[in-house]
Amino acid sequence: MSPSSPAGGFWTRRDFLGVAGGLVVLFSAPPSLRAQAPVTPDWKESIPADRVDSWLALLDDGRVVAAVGKIEAGMGVSTAFVQIVADELRVDMECVVLVMGDTASTVDQRGTGSSNGIVEGGSALRKAAAAAHHHLLGLAAEQLGVGVEALAVNAGVVTTTLRPGVGVTYAQLVKGRKLELALPKGVETKSPEHYRYVGKPVPRIDIPPKVHGSYEYLVDFVLPAMVHARVVRPPQAGATLLGVPPDFSSPGLIEVVTQGNFVAVVCEQEFQAVRAARSLVPRWSTPAPRFPGSYGELYTHLAAGNPGVSESADTVGSVDEGLQASARVLQARYEFPFQSHACMGPGCGVAEVKEDSATVWMGGQKPYSLRRAVAKLLGLKPGRVRVVWMAGPGSYGMNDADDAAMDAAFLSARVRRPVRVQYSREEGTAWDPKGPPLVVTMRGGLSTTGAVTAFDYEARGFSGRLRASSTEEPGDSLLGQMLGGWKAKSTDRFQFSTETYRFPAKRLTSHLLPWDHALPTGLRTAHLRDPDGMATCFASECFVDELAAAAGMDPVQFRIQYLSDQRDRDIVHAAASRAGWESRPSPNPAPGSAATRRGRGIAYAPRNGTTVAIVTEVAVDTTTGRVRVERFVVAHDCGFVINPASLQGTIEANLIQGLSRALHEAVAFTSTAVTSTDWLSYPILDMTEVPQAIDIEIVNNRPDRPSTGAGEPATRPIAASIGNAIYDALGVRVRRIPFTPESILNQLKPTPSA
Amino acid sequence: MTPTITFELNGKPTSVPIESDTPLLYVLRNQLGIKGPRFGCGLGQCGACTVLINGVAARSCSVPAEGAAATQVTTLEGLASRGPRTQALEARHVVQQAFIDEQAAQCGYCLNGWIMTAVALLEADPEADDARIRGALSDLKCRCGAHVSILRAVKRAAVLWRKVRK
Ligand code: FES
Ligand code: FES
Repeated sequence: MSPSSPAGGFWTRRDFLGVAGGLVVLFSAPPSLRAQAPVTPDWKESIPADRVDSWLALLDDGRVVAAVGKIEAGMGVSTAFVQIVADELRVDMECVVLVMGDTASTVDQRGTGSSNGIVEGGSALRKAAAAAHHHLLGLAAEQLGVGVEALAVNAGVVTTTLRPGVGVTYAQLVKGRKLELALPKGVETKSPEHYRYVGKPVPRIDIPPKVHGSYEYLVDFVLPAMVHARVVRPPQAGATLLGVPPDFSSPGLIEVVTQGNFVAVVCEQEFQAVRAARSLVPRWSTPAPRFPGSYGELYTHLAAGNPGVSESADTVGSVDEGLQASARVLQARYEFPFQSHACMGPGCGVAEVKEDSATVWMGGQKPYSLRRAVAKLLGLKPGRVRVVWMAGPGSYGMNDADDAAMDAAFLSARVRRPVRVQYSREEGTAWDPKGPPLVVTMRGGLSTTGAVTAFDYEARGFSGRLRASSTEEPGDSLLGQMLGGWKAKSTDRFQFSTETYRFPAKRLTSHLLPWDHALPTGLRTAHLRDPDGMATCFASECFVDELAAAAGMDPVQFRIQYLSDQRDRDIVHAAASRAGWESRPSPNPAPGSAATRRGRGIAYAPRNGTTVAIVTEVAVDTTTGRVRVERFVVAHDCGFVINPASLQGTIEANLIQGLSRALHEAVAFTSTAVTSTDWLSYPILDMTEVPQAIDIEIVNNRPDRPSTGAGEPATRPIAASIGNAIYDALGVRVRRIPFTPESILNQLKPTPSA
Repeated sequence: MTPTITFELNGKPTSVPIESDTPLLYVLRNQLGIKGPRFGCGLGQCGACTVLINGVAARSCSVPAEGAAATQVTTLEGLASRGPRTQALEARHVVQQAFIDEQAAQCGYCLNGWIMTAVALLEADPEADDARIRGALSDLKCRCGAHVSILRAVKRAAVLWRKVRK
């Protein structure tokens, strides 16, 4: 940890082996402990979650080590953990050192995903710290000869009013004794009115080191004798490797590693590997096309192809009868493209594989499952594999981090040296697992008075989890698929919207079409921030707007009238009133000049206990087709907020990334290859497009409300909210993401008369 | 024989042997232990690798190391000594201070590019307004979408900068 960090810190010692038994165990120091370290490490298969000492250790110098099975994805969760521990233990934040996502020293919390960092990691640490606090008070009462109720703790020093001037520190209390303690079932935690850090806008502990360049990212990690690898990908999806030139040479080349369809070069120096990868020309087969030739073909295939599996949810009444009895029936098809994680830094992984053990440093969200996959790949027992998370670029779900780590493990086993794999920009964009495309056909009926009679949502997509949400098996990684012989642990994940409208008849159906032949390609699908959420909400919330417009009703009133959940009604109301929403039907009767038309839209969505509504104000240039978002207003209810400052940053980042996805992002492909390979062919939002105003209204931020997570929920309604604003401005519906200038101009073209 | 280049790195005279055509980024990171500039694309498209060469923002992934010979190179690590600095106890470059004040980061992987480009901008144009700041930063990437806080930070930095310069 850096002694100069203003609050809390990170344990960056790589010889750290955990907080077993309340003692910090170092792998290489001090000598007394080193002597005990076995030559072949046998790391614990699992750290027991029901022990306080699995989560916390007290150091002699007064510092507290907190170990948690979650990782920092860049939203500030590490600061929240330190806030929670400092509060419960009554120590200064500066004293808390954090360890995250190390299979050898942190509890397996199944990694981080679905915005569960605070929900799971925070509550576990809170309980452990509270239990430790009670235990320490007991020790202090004994030592000071007073009752527990006469004790007070401040900054890790226990004092008593009965003996003024006498105090004992935590460090003194545990000295010579292990903090060996089972986690009691019901442990009394600090009462929220006494919180010193929790709920306050505490500055994030990771930001100063990030700003100074001293935060240690995985890409900065160096091992002695480490060598560098680059992977060489086939030019066409599904091509098989026919061979590499046997006499290939390049400066610094250690080995050209091939197996199955996997090709990599390993060199002494990093740029030597870049050069070698560029100049190596393997021979590949020319495979039959694996992809549709265009988005038009893709969407037609999705809309018409045979589903492998289907499921219905939220079925109320008879939709077919309801539609038949309607005075008006509306039908519309919504289309959402493949999107790339396109992380700021392409995948990186470092591995050191020895005869009978392996350590892998990775930047993904789920080190524990990756350990299982690495163990299987290398034929080792899980106890002989250690996976250590280090900060990567923001990952937004299942990005290419696990793939790079698997490659590193494989290559290190082959060359018997520590190997660092760094993907190229092209791999980061063209070869990461993609957010899946979706086609949703919406139908709705209105009565003569404009009341909704029936609502039908029918989604057709590829399984959003053809790749499981974690790397469990070698076959889940691109490596396993390239090597061949490994099966992916694919899971079906149905694609439903989550709104809570009550209509007399309602049906949600999700069909999943097979997409297995895309597995070893850059169009295999996986979780991308708020998996399927933006796409499903785009269809349902835009269609609700279509119904409101057809009924001649204000979109906010329309929603409030039909929403069944009070919190959802409140959130829609909160966003509208903060936005100064003018009650009227869409489209905007006074959209401004012919050249620039203005409009506003709203959309809302619940997600795992959090609910969010977004009002968007747009200006559309009718000559260029450019959509500009001028203002976002967000009402956000994720219950009790641990750190309002981090939350604001997280919401803003969801909005901007979501805006980028809605306006710009669709992975380009031909029938044989992904052609989005860099930032020119996969453009994202730039600084000139950032809205002038973003207003955020935090709702229900009270200690009695559970904290329900904020990493993804604000992403969900963005595309729908923008789409509704575009309709309000132009009076035409754009039902395909992204809202590019071309698609807007297409919609504005006068329809050729029949 | 591998040629050696000599340049001034964050104020210190530095000599390093290079393989010809190796981009400056790799020499800085792997041979000189400079980790502020990061690899994001290697194509000059994202800015993550930005350094200042003779005061001008340059994308070190696209500059052959030979090109840095006999120049002055400043990296993120050298900003505090380059200045202008805040007067606070822990003296930082005003741009870095502004990024901390505005909590301008998500993962932070891109930050080097924004900070270094903002320094180059404000050195050349300390009066930069909203439109000029946005324009000068328009070809940098941040995949996390931290733009809002970054924009606030650069504007705040401009204000701090003018104050310390007075
Ligand atoms: S890494 Fe140099 S511009 Fe992207
Ligand atoms: S903060 Fe993650 S890429 Fe910018």
